[in-house]
Amino acid sequence: MAEALDTTRPVTAAPMLEVRDLHAWYGESHVLHGVNLEVAEGEVVTLLGRNGAGKTTTLKSIIGIMGKRQGAIRFKGAETVAMSSREIARLGIGYVPEERGIFSSLSVEENLLLPPQVQPGGMTVEQIFDLFPNIKERLQSQGTKLSGGEQQMLSIGRILRTGAKFLLLDEPTEGLAPVIIEQIGRTIARLKREGFTIILVEQNFRFAQTVADRHYLVEQGRVVDMIPNAELDKNIDKLHAHLGV
Amino acid sequence: MFELLGIPPQALFGQLLLGLINGSFYAILSLGLAVIFGLLNIINFTHGAQYMMGAFISWMLLNWLGIGYWPSLLLAPVVAGVSGVIIERLLLQRLYHLDHLYGLLLTFGLALIIQGLFRNYFGSSGLPYQIPAELRGGQNLGFMFLPNYRAWVVVASLVVCLATWFVIEKTRLGAYLRAATENPTLTQAFGINVPLLITLTYGFGVGLAAFAGVLAAPIYSVNPNMGADLIIVVFAVVVIGGMGSILGAIVTGFGLGIIEGLTKVFYPEASATVIFIIMAIVLLVKPAGLFGRTA
Ligand SMILES: Nc1ncnc2c1ncn2[C@@H]1O[C@H](COP(=O)(O)OP(=O)(O)OP(=O)(O)O)[C@@H](O)[C@H]1O
Ligand SMILES: [Mg+2]
Repeated sequence: MAEALDTTRPVTAAPMLEVRDLHAWYGESHVLHGVNLEVAEGEVVTLLGRNGAGKTTTLKSIIGIMGKRQGAIRFKGAETVAMSSREIARLGIGYVPEERGIFSSLSVEENLLLPPQVQPGGMTVEQIFDLFPNIKERLQSQGTKLSGGEQQMLSIGRILRTGAKFLLLDEPTEGLAPVIIEQIGRTIARLKREGFTIILVEQNFRFAQTVADRHYLVEQGRVVDMIPNAELDKNIDKLHAHLGV
Repeated sequence: MFELLGIPPQALFGQLLLGLINGSFYAILSLGLAVIFGLLNIINFTHGAQYMMGAFISWMLLNWLGIGYWPSLLLAPVVAGVSGVIIERLLLQRLYHLDHLYGLLLTFGLALIIQGLFRNYFGSSGLPYQIPAELRGGQNLGFMFLPNYRAWVVVASLVVCLATWFVIEKTRLGAYLRAATENPTLTQAFGINVPLLITLTYGFGVGLAAFAGVLAAPIYSVNPNMGADLIIVVFAVVVIGGMGSILGAIVTGFGLGIIEGLTKVFYPEASATVIFIIMAIVLLVKPAGLFGRTA
């Protein structure tokens, strides 16, 4: 009882996610060479970097689908580097993969309802329809019959049902029309206001700038720099050099 | 009395019924193979032995424990299914990251072992299993005599096949199965227990085979080789329907049974080979099978 009423304990300053010296391999091929990053609760953080830098691999390592990974990945104080992806997801991490991961053997509705609830407090289906009205009209279609933008909304929407408050978004704007990109940007901003914590992989740093608090630059399997969003413009040359744009 | 191309109707409908009965077994067995292949990527060569086990388990339940046909219909598939769960957890699970060939070899070896054990213990002359009292006799339909038990086999297999199809295509559990079949990594990354799904799927597929075995016990004698003979044809059925297609397995199973029956009427010389001839043609024209998805 006494413990439950104890509100005097200071809020811990520990980050929600802390990645230390993360290495990962595809078979024999060593692609992450010691990634370090941390994300505080409520933050939106991006991973920026060229093609093949290791951004996707970093997300895959966090959600636990890299076959071989080493180092420390602490989520809400729990060491997850040796857990299965199923256990990690159940801690409250939602994964929106590159290429969206819509199942062609499932209808839109089945795709939406597929990920099980992992934490209380997920959005209702109605709330998701409010966010992405397009989905509602296509519920019985085959998942992959949706347009690219609709698939991306479905991919994000289905994760919001699960109650996961920590999201991994891998290039959610890739290949989409500007209006759709804007809609996804508004969604990310709204999720941030609602207290979600997000790691966003982006090639488009102009888009990243509109939603993120901080940016990690990834190069050749390492985090080489961290830039607060407010200083992004100051560092534009450095960014160009890193991103090769 | 009418005649069709000089064939007496009794012969025609008699063979049609036989074809439908064979088709019932082809359908349940190829459905089990399709379900297993879809999720496990293993061609379950033990399937015929597991069908035989179903028949033997119902024989043992009756003769050793006095448990009759109707409870057996449920119990034998459950017992066989549990043996499947054990096989999957102990053996198959170690093979998923390897080539198809290893699963095929392992399940083939298992089939030989299981059949050998039963032959050793029960001999190979076959044991009788009575038709349950409720289903003895038959109906005179005017144009033919329809034995009740055979009608029951067709109905029971249709119901089980359609129920399986419904669960896989129309329910939440089925959506999990389809998702895990299509992309197990992502399905697992959503927090779904894919290894458990795989284990249960194998157990269910084995249970289907055993269910067919219980249905078969009163028709064919209960014999250690009963599965080995049948399974070769069933594999041809699966190849024709398309590996991994649920509806394809059901439709092709019944359809080929009927075609085989009709061949017996019109050109008996080809009745034993007609399925393999169709298989060869399908492989040439549509290698993924009639209902198979080309990747
Ligand atoms: N399945 C795989 N097997 C082997 N190597 C891979 C595989 N996937 C990625 N790689 C390699 O790992 C490295 C990191 O890839 P990763 O996908 O993490 O890059 P990324 O930063 O996400 O790039 P992009 O912007 O193109 O998505 C690259 O060199 C890539 O070639
Ligand atoms: Mg990537």
